[in-house]
Amino acid sequence: MRADTENMAPGRAAAYEALRDVARVPGSPKPDPIVIADRVSRQFGGLKAVDVAHVEIQRGSITALIGPNGAGKTTLFNLLTGFDKPDTGEWTLNKKPIAGKAPYRLARMGMVRTFQLTKALSRMTVMDNMLLGANGQSGERVLNALLPFTWRAQERANAERAVELLSRFNLDAKVGDFAGSLSGGQRKLLEMARALMVGPEIVMLDEPMAGVNPALTQSLLGHIKNIREEGTTVLFVEHDMDMVHDISDWVIVMAQGQIIAEGPPDAVMKDPQVIEAYLGSRHGNALTADGASLTADSQGGTT
Amino acid sequence: MDFGQIFTLTITQAFGVTALIYLFAAIGLNIQFGYTGLLNFGQVAFVAAGAYAVGVIVLTLDLSLWLSIIVALMASTVLALLLGIPTLRLRADYLAIVTIAASELLRLLVRSIAFKDVFGGAQGLNGKLGQEFHDLNPLPADFTLPILSWSRQDLWVVIVGWSLALLFTLFVWGLVRSPWGRVVKGIREDEDAVVSLGKNVFVYKLQALVIGGGIAAFGGILWAVAKQSVQPDTFQPDFTFFVFTILLLGGAARVFGPIAGTVIFWFLLAGFGEVLSSLINNGYIDFLTATDVGSIRFMLMGLGLMLLMIFRPQGIFGDRRELALDAR
Repeated sequence: MRADTENMAPGRAAAYEALRDVARVPGSPKPDPIVIADRVSRQFGGLKAVDVAHVEIQRGSITALIGPNGAGKTTLFNLLTGFDKPDTGEWTLNKKPIAGKAPYRLARMGMVRTFQLTKALSRMTVMDNMLLGANGQSGERVLNALLPFTWRAQERANAERAVELLSRFNLDAKVGDFAGSLSGGQRKLLEMARALMVGPEIVMLDEPMAGVNPALTQSLLGHIKNIREEGTTVLFVEHDMDMVHDISDWVIVMAQGQIIAEGPPDAVMKDPQVIEAYLGSRHGNALTADGASLTADSQGGTT
Repeated sequence: MDFGQIFTLTITQAFGVTALIYLFAAIGLNIQFGYTGLLNFGQVAFVAAGAYAVGVIVLTLDLSLWLSIIVALMASTVLALLLGIPTLRLRADYLAIVTIAASELLRLLVRSIAFKDVFGGAQGLNGKLGQEFHDLNPLPADFTLPILSWSRQDLWVVIVGWSLALLFTLFVWGLVRSPWGRVVKGIREDEDAVVSLGKNVFVYKLQALVIGGGIAAFGGILWAVAKQSVQPDTFQPDFTFFVFTILLLGGAARVFGPIAGTVIFWFLLAGFGEVLSSLINNGYIDFLTATDVGSIRFMLMGLGLMLLMIFRPQGIFGDRRELALDAR
């Protein structure tokens, strides 16, 4: 192992090694991509919200998708996960074409997303929220529903796995509570744990840190890193540069629907094009990870 | 005033044939609206489908009542698919619009002159409906109840009806505590979240609509068999709204909500009616006539509902804690 990866967790080190020699240009090919998208575009009236020529997501890495408000990050997310239909485009998951597939099928194939506005199922318990994530449940078929012996064993196994996940996210004390009684941050954690319950290969987190207090943000970041350490790929949308710098292995920058830059966090933050997209062209300084925390709001972008 | 008689008449209606018809519709709606969150404003259409299936098979085609029950369930299933397939992929309000329109469409269709030979037009279908059912009545021919005022025939309907209603309640209880029930409750809370977890939401909503419609169709079958008559104008949209009232009264998404709601609704409605009639007949109220009672009891009912919504918005069986979560 080389010196610069010595102190890294194994998952981080592997991602670092894999991405070391990847060209730092938009649409650069990755050594082992899990998602490959081509010519994905989506038009809203006269506005081309997304127009991505080519993008690849490296397996086992944490990839951040950043950009000012209105850059088309969430729209691209919706398109990739099947929640919105593109005007053009092809994309694959594990080399299987998935364009045009229903979103629930993509979830079953291993691509699970969360939402910008947290969707905890309020009037259900934390445990029921978790159990809903488990896939291939025989008791979810209406004909088996009335025959508990066909699903009881599976239900028990799922519940055990749920408790395990919940304790990882420090929610194990809340198992029987209504999800609606959790705090905003806890809901984010629950949503993440629930997504993992599906057993995904890639988790797509839409602004996981939005509206979360700084203390909890640190613990959220830790959880996201753990997801990668367990071999699950993470793609997340964020517009706060600080977060991105801390956890991502690779950063993809979008502006006005297009990918304008790609690279490791340090390199991307020094990219003049990225600075321009965030701040406008008159600002010449590099974006720092510790200086003024730069969010898209400082540009007054539109969403 | 004879309070004993008022009470007897009220109880008779609270547990009677008409109450049962509403109860079946409410149990069905509880699956659709209470658990799955489907805004079905055309529940009366499923009841009408059941009633007319019996009417047409038995009277128009002169076939067996038992066959008509199967046809009734098929008819309600077809209706659910027709309503659900185009609308359940869309936003929730589309189902509401389409179901209320479809229920009126169905009523106007069966009362139209064009199909008078089949559905009997505005007079509907009247005659010996449900003979096979009444032939099975095990009660002795000269049977009369000591207190309640059900006839031998009605009592037989009430016994079978309540047994079925309890069976369906048990069925709902089994369904909603299963993983299937968890999925539909998730759909009620947030459809997209459930989709993102890999569930085919459309199929679950369709299943809920079909199951709830099938149970409501039993209300129609009971109607035809008990009242020996199927008339188009009894299937007005207000039927659906009374069913919603019953469901909210008892508590939506509660297994015993429909039963509690139905009995309370009819107890109050019949009670107001009997007390008012009695007051008028005995000269205590002279500014009203007996014919006003029908509408005034609904006004009182409405007042009662308003008080319920203010002081116990979750319904009789509901959980206030759960309701508070919703109001964020």
